[in-house]
Amino acid sequence: MASEAVAERRSVGHRLAGLFHGRPRLQVAGLLAGPVGWLVIGYLGSLALLLVAAFWSVDPLSGLTIKSFTLENFESLVNEPVYRTIVWRTIKVALLVTLTDAIIAFPIAFYMAKLASRRGKALLVVGILLPLWSSYLVKVYAWRTLLSANGAIHWALSPIGLDTPGYGTTAVWLVMSYLWLPYMILPIYAGLERIPNSLISASEDLGAHPFTTFRRVILPLSFPAVVAGSIFTFSLTLGDYITPRLVSNDQFIGNVIFANIANNQPFAAALALVPIVVMIAYLLVARKLGAFEHV
Amino acid sequence: MRRRDANSARTAWLVVAGLVVFMLVLAGCGSSDSDSSSEELQKVGKGEGSLNLISWAGYVEPEWTKPFEAKTGCKVSDKEAGTSDEMVELMKTGQYDGVSASGNATARLVAANLVDPVNVDLVPNYKTVFSDLKDQPYNTFDGVNYGIPHGRGANLLMWNSDDVKPAPDSWDVMFDPKVAAKYKGKISAYDESSYIADAALYLKFHQPDLGIENPYELNEEQFQAAIKLLEEQRANVGEYWSEAAKQISAFAGGDVMVGTTWQYQYFALKGEGVPVAASPASQGFLPKEGATGWSDTWMLSSSAQHPNCMYEWMNWIIEPKVNAEVAEYFGEAPAQELACEETANKNFCAEYHAEEPAFWKRVAYWETPLADCGNGEEDCKDYNDWVKAWTAIKG
Repeated sequence: MASEAVAERRSVGHRLAGLFHGRPRLQVAGLLAGPVGWLVIGYLGSLALLLVAAFWSVDPLSGLTIKSFTLENFESLVNEPVYRTIVWRTIKVALLVTLTDAIIAFPIAFYMAKLASRRGKALLVVGILLPLWSSYLVKVYAWRTLLSANGAIHWALSPIGLDTPGYGTTAVWLVMSYLWLPYMILPIYAGLERIPNSLISASEDLGAHPFTTFRRVILPLSFPAVVAGSIFTFSLTLGDYITPRLVSNDQFIGNVIFANIANNQPFAAALALVPIVVMIAYLLVARKLGAFEHV
Repeated sequence: MRRRDANSARTAWLVVAGLVVFMLVLAGCGSSDSDSSSEELQKVGKGEGSLNLISWAGYVEPEWTKPFEAKTGCKVSDKEAGTSDEMVELMKTGQYDGVSASGNATARLVAANLVDPVNVDLVPNYKTVFSDLKDQPYNTFDGVNYGIPHGRGANLLMWNSDDVKPAPDSWDVMFDPKVAAKYKGKISAYDESSYIADAALYLKFHQPDLGIENPYELNEEQFQAAIKLLEEQRANVGEYWSEAAKQISAFAGGDVMVGTTWQYQYFALKGEGVPVAASPASQGFLPKEGATGWSDTWMLSSSAQHPNCMYEWMNWIIEPKVNAEVAEYFGEAPAQELACEETANKNFCAEYHAEEPAFWKRVAYWETPLADCGNGEEDCKDYNDWVKAWTAIKG
């Protein structure tokens, strides 16, 4: 019996091997089926389901979804001014965070890529990666303490007549800018490293002012990297709901999705489409600006 | 080059078409509605060996689960939930046997067929549960019992005793625009739609002509009055809290001075040496308007894999000694009459007013707002309206 089973198994193995033998397409399909299947079903599939769910509604008492087509989620999204305020606030902060991070990250990345010694470079890379090893929540709570009415920022600024911004949209902007900075520095650093030093020398030899060299050589060549970084900072800010919850009373898109998840998933789904649409628009603009041409 | 473009475009369309088909299949099959029979169990059989619970933090602790496991052979695994919404969401997975639901979850669980009726005759300790906890609108529906009371408590008014003087005896410090303005930017309010009931309770006392009876059953006019009060309060609120840790850090850091809270934060801040005072039941004190509060119910999942163990659990948790232990651990009034003889602090039940029905008449336990508010007309604001209004209040 046992040996028969082994023989059976072996013959199945043999048959399988025979099936794949000399069929490269089948081999590739077999190899890719797992990851591609996961991407399509697990990832794009759930996105598709989200899209469908946005057109459903919910039974007010039981919270169970009613699976028939309706536009009421989108109607209340458009008609009630509070959602416009929230969407606009979220986009505004996402843009501000992106801009802030780009301005802070560029000099740091430039120093790392072009000026620092090998040792200094390694130290900086570690320094930038280090905060990513600690928990996100710990960092946000640390900022809560810093921003508190009697916190470190108040203590440092009160001698010069200023005060902590306290909790609010400004706090969200500060904390997010801090949280996502590494995601901006690293792509810009990688982009700047790929620019040959000879190009910069050539520009100087031809008599260009350092600022002109920056404007006409370095910036255009590193622009795709800045855009790559900005996609991170922009999308991460757009989707985050924990930071606003902890350092602000103002609601962001994520907070409203969270508030509706338990009792009204279709409405939460409709809201979740907003950042997706904004992100697609952002990527289209980035493409128009030529961000993906050199990649 | 063109040919390749055309090809990749075709592939893209194929992918999209595939996705659409997949989506439709998903949308079509949906979830078949629960086919559970709502038959009550007639006899508790032998335990199934394990038990999966959803609970509030502090309700399922080794001190009383270990002896339970030894006695019944039901191994307990517990999932703590932070909010009632989260509990409902977890129950929808169908992987749990029971839940310690507050009143703002119970009606939703029953309506969604997520829980089964409970045959209280199979729970011997139920006989000696306080009678004002039995057959209440949040645990009994159409005359059918859906669970076993666990314990109850009131939401507290807490203040920093260095900054807020004299000690307030009313929610005026939170809601009266004139009084609250004194603490502008230093008020801590609860960040959940159920907080609308706190405003309604305040109006019930201060504007009797609105005719509010139950702060969870509000018609359009009453609802709008509560919303207006909360919008006025918004300007004075320093912070809305939803996680206990957030409120603790705000009180400890001096960002807020007065707010609505739970025992948990009050004891934690006391422990840290922050000068806070509160209107705990333990001091025989509710603000003069009364307060919102909770009365929790252990419910049996309609897809329970271990119903016998769940019945054993529901009996165990109101065992006099166990219920006393739970109540003292958490800081709430026990549900079991006989528990008052078993508490370590002999004065516990008196401090928490466990045996005084008149006291609890002034506590409005959380309920799920429903359109049908018992007058035969569907003119009350339902839970969805509350959530939307809450989003709009916060802005």
